[in-house]
Amino acid sequence: MNRTLYGNLIFELSKKGRKGYSLPQDYDRTHTTAELPEALRRKEAARLPECDELTVVRHYTNLSHNNFGVNDGFYPLGSCTMKYNPVINEEIAGLKAFAGLHPLQPAETCQGALEVYYNLQESLAELAGLSEFTLNPCAGAHGELTGLMVIRAYHESRGDVRTKVLIPDSAHGTNPASAAVCGLEVVEVKSNANGTVDLEDLERLVQLEGPNIAAMMMTNPNTLGIFEPNVLEITEMVHKAGGLMYYDGANLNALLGECRPGDMGFDVMHINLHKTFSTPHGGGGPGSGPVGVRKGLEQFLPMPRVVQVPAEKEGEESFKVDWGTSVDGERGKEIAVGSFFGNFGVMLKAYAYILSLGREHVKEVGPLAVLNANYIKECLKDDYLLPIGGLCKHEVVFDGLVDKSTGVTTMDVAKRLLDYGYHAPTIYFPLLFHESLMIEPTENESKETLDSFIDVMHRIAQEAKTDPELVKTAPHDTPIGRVDDVLAAKQPITTYWKTLDK
Amino acid sequence: MYKFFPHTEEDLQEMLKAVGVKSVHDLFADVPEAALFKKDYELPESLSEIDLRLFFEQLTEPAYAQQLVCFAGAGCYDHYAPSVVQNLIQRSEFLTSYTPYQAEISQGTLHYIFEYQSMIAELTGMDIANASMYDGATATAEAAMMAWGNAKKATRVLVSETVDPKVRRVVETYAHFHGFPIKLVPAADGAIDRNALDKELAEGGVAGLIVQQPNYYGIVEDYTGIADALHDQKGIFVVNANPSDLAILKTPAEWGADVAVGEGQSLGIPMTFGGPGVGYMACVEKLMRKLPGRIVGQTLDNRGQRAFVLTLQAREQHIRRQKATSNICSNQSLMALYVTIYLSLMGKEGLREVAEMSYAGAHSLRDKLIATGKFKDTFPGQPFFNEFCVDYEGDLEALLDECTANGYLAGVQVGEKTLMLAVTEQRSTEEIDELVEIIQQFKEEEAKA
Repeated sequence: MNRTLYGNLIFELSKKGRKGYSLPQDYDRTHTTAELPEALRRKEAARLPECDELTVVRHYTNLSHNNFGVNDGFYPLGSCTMKYNPVINEEIAGLKAFAGLHPLQPAETCQGALEVYYNLQESLAELAGLSEFTLNPCAGAHGELTGLMVIRAYHESRGDVRTKVLIPDSAHGTNPASAAVCGLEVVEVKSNANGTVDLEDLERLVQLEGPNIAAMMMTNPNTLGIFEPNVLEITEMVHKAGGLMYYDGANLNALLGECRPGDMGFDVMHINLHKTFSTPHGGGGPGSGPVGVRKGLEQFLPMPRVVQVPAEKEGEESFKVDWGTSVDGERGKEIAVGSFFGNFGVMLKAYAYILSLGREHVKEVGPLAVLNANYIKECLKDDYLLPIGGLCKHEVVFDGLVDKSTGVTTMDVAKRLLDYGYHAPTIYFPLLFHESLMIEPTENESKETLDSFIDVMHRIAQEAKTDPELVKTAPHDTPIGRVDDVLAAKQPITTYWKTLDK
Repeated sequence: MYKFFPHTEEDLQEMLKAVGVKSVHDLFADVPEAALFKKDYELPESLSEIDLRLFFEQLTEPAYAQQLVCFAGAGCYDHYAPSVVQNLIQRSEFLTSYTPYQAEISQGTLHYIFEYQSMIAELTGMDIANASMYDGATATAEAAMMAWGNAKKATRVLVSETVDPKVRRVVETYAHFHGFPIKLVPAADGAIDRNALDKELAEGGVAGLIVQQPNYYGIVEDYTGIADALHDQKGIFVVNANPSDLAILKTPAEWGADVAVGEGQSLGIPMTFGGPGVGYMACVEKLMRKLPGRIVGQTLDNRGQRAFVLTLQAREQHIRRQKATSNICSNQSLMALYVTIYLSLMGKEGLREVAEMSYAGAHSLRDKLIATGKFKDTFPGQPFFNEFCVDYEGDLEALLDECTANGYLAGVQVGEKTLMLAVTEQRSTEEIDELVEIIQQFKEEEAKA
């Protein structure tokens, strides 16, 4: 990463008349848009930049130098599973023959794509211990929403009106938000002193809300990185009340090789392919949030679906797209969460990853990720406050520094880490602690990387004692210093055009 | 040892010792026995990189992934993009980063999102755009929820029948579960039926209306007067517009829209079997705090430098939880970068040229198809842009099979007799002529025999 700021906006590099493209000129110009009635045309041309090709190349290359990715260094952002994104997967997703496929072209002309799609559905079902998957949702939160729709459709099909969803207070913000978008009311379940679901509180809520409970959403390991020891009792309790169990797959990476959500009693779940299955996060998407269901719920999965067409001879099966019956726009019983079948380009990468690891290496993912997290936990708990001891899974949450007398906060520690060339952990989440510092190392990081990070974390703890100002004013060695969030929100400037008004 | 796992036996032993366990499986001692998975996954064995490459190369052979000359649209278009775009978005600093929460080391991402927002605002004429949505369909559904949430005494959200049915059913799905009624406003002659719309508006209680431009059938509709009528009852006007065509067409803002949404795939993003594309969403200033998704704003850092940062986060799920404007978290950031670089290269003139070429090609193809005598306009006299519908006199499915056999994806069938074709700047005059020739030569009886 370049430590000096590259500040130009592309609009500031624009000069009238410059071009960054070339198009054929020998086309039939019998018709022009001047034929369109004036009432249908825009009055003034859009003020897009006018730049030559090299200017554009340099601009975005320079911008990239002010960014930090997994390829730049250790990225222990908790709950985000910033694992290595294998380069070969980019090559495969970039194959021209995939890029050129139209989603509505006849199935017999795109069997290769449909096969990848179908096999990925099947592989995820095997890894999750569930019956079937849809790959249509484009992100984790989109998957949560889709999964909750599936759950509601299931209850509706039985004429059962259920409007409440149980969510532990440690859950990701997307859980309650997805529930609200899906028209469900959130009932918060308390955590106990160990950071896991308080069974007594759950029992009370199940008694209180019984027939209103549509589902319970759970992340396991939870957002503290702790495995829910009572998961089997919890699923049984909710099932008895007639609710379904939803598994938020955000933390699935911890369990690869050791346990499967379906075997724990979960009915519906989503997987973040951009976490557990190594597809790049891309600065915030495109992701992919496939949703899986147990046997008996398949018919509620959204349309369109990629299905196998049986053949007389084994191995000669083909694949097709089932668009469902409600393509005329009238919502039948079917759910639709996108125009086509989701982010196919992302699925190619995830499937390539699964094939690379294969059955023998997939099962090493969870144990190694968990080992790395526990190693960090053990090595840092002298300087950083570990609110809940015992084993963690893929991530560990500290509650700031042990020594609070210096006034150095979690924010300060995070910013100081940037000076040392690390991405910061997730901070101030989960909300159970005031100074949460959530570290997720992933299975890809070597002992040397972890040791260096641990060393730096100790050094920062030391600095907090000897030179607290140095930490409180960090970062010092980044393209920009701390930003004025209040100024940004008070009079929002969200476009270049607004800067011209000033 | 595996190439993605750096742990040597020595590392493992040292780390296990530090943690105080004997084996990695002991790290799962807190998992109930009944929940442990002790079998082997039923998955293929690990493939070497050579075999992996071979595997996918086989799946992309013509028999499995036929490269058809594409005259299909219906929400996914075969536009051109300069090589620079794909090359730049592959830069690992963009590709392997995540949501720019740490502004100090994420200026690259924040900076391009600010440029993206500016470009979308400029194309649509709206005041503010967010950092992107999953796709055009979910962006439209979010707009419907925004309209419903904004209304005080409404009874329904209206959707024009001329909106893409694939988008409509996503809107219907979201509305059903979120808990508000959708009322379909029927079409007349391929455009929204103004009489039916007037009746709905006269009834009152309309939270909003969603239309599409150009509409599903490619027709450029005249929405004059609709915004005022909606605003009279505090309803929100949502225009789903194809951003590529906005180089020429009247902007959502000029139609009086409160919210503009759409699918950005037409801005040079490869079709890739339908995704990833990118949804865009923009609105007028007064709805700014109701807009879902991430928004980047300009500010200053403590050294006095112009800097960019995620802002107005009080709308979002990680702060507001169930009271957030939406559940959206990740969006399609890298595809927003794609669109930003595309628009930087194409610029003011290039996007107009793309629109002119696509328009010219579509109109030329329509003329030639009519001249074969085998087709009639489905919606005679309706202005269209680069996509249009024609009715075929014979067996349309047989005709389409013939075109496919000749390497042409002749469009999308949208009715028993109706074919919808789209033309982009990538379709040469030769390709247009060859498609017409295949159709001209096609004799059903022979095909059947």
